[in-house]
Amino acid sequence: MIEAKEVKIPLSGIGIRHKARASIALVGNPNAGKSTLFNRLTGLRQTTANFPGVTVEKHQGTVQLTNNALSLIDLPGIYSLDGNSVDERIAVDVTLGRVTGTQRPSGLLVVIDATHIYQGLYLLEQLLELQLPTMVALTMIDAATANGISIDTTALQIALGGIPIYPVSSITGHGLEELKAGLENITAISTPAIPASWPELSETAQQLSEQLGADWQRIDVIQALLQTHPGFEGKLGQLLGSDTVASLRLRLFGDAPPPAVEARHRYQWVKGVIGNVQEQAPLYTKIGARILRWTNQPWPATALFFAVLLLVFQAVFTWATPMMDAIDRISSGLASWIVTHIGDSAFSSFLADGVIAGVGSVIIFLPQILILFLFIIILEDTGYLARTSFLMDRVMRTVGLSGQSVIPMLSSFACAVPSIMATRVIPDRRDRIATILAAPFMTCSARLPIYALLIAAFVPNQYVGWFNLQGLVLFGLYLMGILGGLGTALLLKSSALKGPKPHFMLALPEFRVPNIQTVAFKLFDRGRIFLKRAGTVIFVVAILVWTLAYFPRMDTTHYVPVTVATDSIDQSVTNNARSAAQMEQSWLGRIGRTIEPVFKPLGWDWRVSSAVVAGFPAREVVVAVMGTIYAVGSDADDQRLSEKLRAAKWPDGKLIFTLPMVLGLLVFYAWCLQCAATLATIRRETNSLRWPLFAWTYMTTIGYVGALIVYQVGSLF
Amino acid sequence: MTLADLAPGDTAKLAEIDTRDPGVIRLMILGMVEDITVRMENIAIGGDPLEVGFFGSSVSLRKEQARRFKVTRITTGD
Repeated sequence: MIEAKEVKIPLSGIGIRHKARASIALVGNPNAGKSTLFNRLTGLRQTTANFPGVTVEKHQGTVQLTNNALSLIDLPGIYSLDGNSVDERIAVDVTLGRVTGTQRPSGLLVVIDATHIYQGLYLLEQLLELQLPTMVALTMIDAATANGISIDTTALQIALGGIPIYPVSSITGHGLEELKAGLENITAISTPAIPASWPELSETAQQLSEQLGADWQRIDVIQALLQTHPGFEGKLGQLLGSDTVASLRLRLFGDAPPPAVEARHRYQWVKGVIGNVQEQAPLYTKIGARILRWTNQPWPATALFFAVLLLVFQAVFTWATPMMDAIDRISSGLASWIVTHIGDSAFSSFLADGVIAGVGSVIIFLPQILILFLFIIILEDTGYLARTSFLMDRVMRTVGLSGQSVIPMLSSFACAVPSIMATRVIPDRRDRIATILAAPFMTCSARLPIYALLIAAFVPNQYVGWFNLQGLVLFGLYLMGILGGLGTALLLKSSALKGPKPHFMLALPEFRVPNIQTVAFKLFDRGRIFLKRAGTVIFVVAILVWTLAYFPRMDTTHYVPVTVATDSIDQSVTNNARSAAQMEQSWLGRIGRTIEPVFKPLGWDWRVSSAVVAGFPAREVVVAVMGTIYAVGSDADDQRLSEKLRAAKWPDGKLIFTLPMVLGLLVFYAWCLQCAATLATIRRETNSLRWPLFAWTYMTTIGYVGALIVYQVGSLF
Repeated sequence: MTLADLAPGDTAKLAEIDTRDPGVIRLMILGMVEDITVRMENIAIGGDPLEVGFFGSSVSLRKEQARRFKVTRITTGD
């Protein structure tokens, strides 16, 4: 491996930031290392894709060079300019300058993965038709060498008509300085030569583009002829007459579909180029490669998949405990310090019961969330997540979807919002909507605090064989989410979204050792997002709930003095009774009582009901609300929330949190859609109000009914 | 013989391709065109989908599309 060089920056160069002059599009196949290169060049932090189809948003950044700066646009990975999925169409439209409000980029930086030069050169060849200044960054050069592939860049440059090629390694940073030096003059590069892969098409396109005038660029004519762009296709027919276009097509394509003919011609040329520039040693000779190949085989891979899932759930509970205990000690210590030093006042209650109990009860789950994300990020970055879509295609077929829905669904275990955006790679709209509606069922990280709180409080921490019982219950809840999602997909695909059987084709990335820096960046980013929510949304809700619970103050004069021997009463019991009475007559208590009848059949008292209702915009809020309610409503500040829940009673003295009630509550949280961000994303991605409304009503209903059945049936025993 | 008939580890040359299936065209765009050599990498549990390797890439496809590719077998699997 090549170590990063120490770069000496001249004093005069420090502090000077140039304004971007031109915009350059970063184009390449999915998984070619585009996003990593983008991060390296712009220094912007953002999530990177390691498997096809995850970088969906348009990312823009500025590359600072010695004498000027460029604006760089990172686009979703594509294989061709055909625009088969929403994702591909976005990339193609930006590259071709068809997006309103954006200009055609002034140059292209094409990223080609040295280990996948075959598909990379195909895309490059299509892009050369754009006749823009073009440069190639040849990434993964070290991986290629390790795989026994050697590429003669000089020969490649000659074969490509002289366009500049820069071998780089985004991981070590090798070659980046040369690439930056090249970018300095990118707009001055002369337009590339058209490869001689398909002279008939080239000539026809050139001729028509000259004949039709300035509105018609070569690429527009080509896409019109190839029928890959309906807008241009229609216009060409109107301008030339449909007969002329039909005879042109017959001459160029015969009776085969145009994109098939295009693939034949262009790949013929690519094969010729590869034959001249690449030498490949036989693969899979190394022992490591053999093991990898073995784990890719269906049975070992499936076994590994379940083993990994189980490990994740075990880790979430066992590894996080020391860190969670530490956070707990800090927050309860802080709360009692405040009470002892500030005294028992409204202000100290605001800090201790409102802010610390509310926000603290959510922050305590940070270690668990980070462990979950660490696993998800590693699975993503090794390419293993993409591999699962191959394994799970068969399962998905039984519910009318394909393996392509697997990646969005698995990434929903982190958060439904990016996963709904990741469905853009699914070509069929019906399949895409079915996946979008199934994704929110998957257990996202915001459900984890609720599950963890209830499981820790009510499931005994003991081992069943090798497995921790708490981990097993959590695993069961994840399964319920999966079943809910798959059931929903099946229901929709056999009714409202009935359509043809989906195809399944996907380029599978090979195993890669994740880059520690990238993993750390992503993990840091996730932790930041979680803490930001705790500091904003949850903070505000906690204050609001505290205010509603603390006011109006109980009028103590209504208390009937009772004469008893003081030493016969436990002081804390009377204090607790007073706190509970205050809670009952507070604003929150009054609101809670109004909604209590709705949730009473589920075994929830007014406190649980109002916490659940407060959680509709963001489900993890429920934990904060319970934290505040039970802090105000009890005198003991040093107890954990879970202990307070265990002690909560109905007015008649019966326990509220019975096993059927807790299981029902868990079912409710497994299925209910309590997330405003998810609803907004569904609205944006389906471009309709109908689907988010349906999702919300449907999921809330089955969550409620599920909890009702569990509680009512469970209470019979 | 079609691509769907290969066993894991077999290598074969793609011969004639039936382009009437839109799914087949997507595979051609990924590089599965006439005269290239492919290797059957894996077959999922239940016999479908298949994983085919060529030029250092791996592509997953279903049997239904694999049947549209006629092949000539070069070597049988390991």
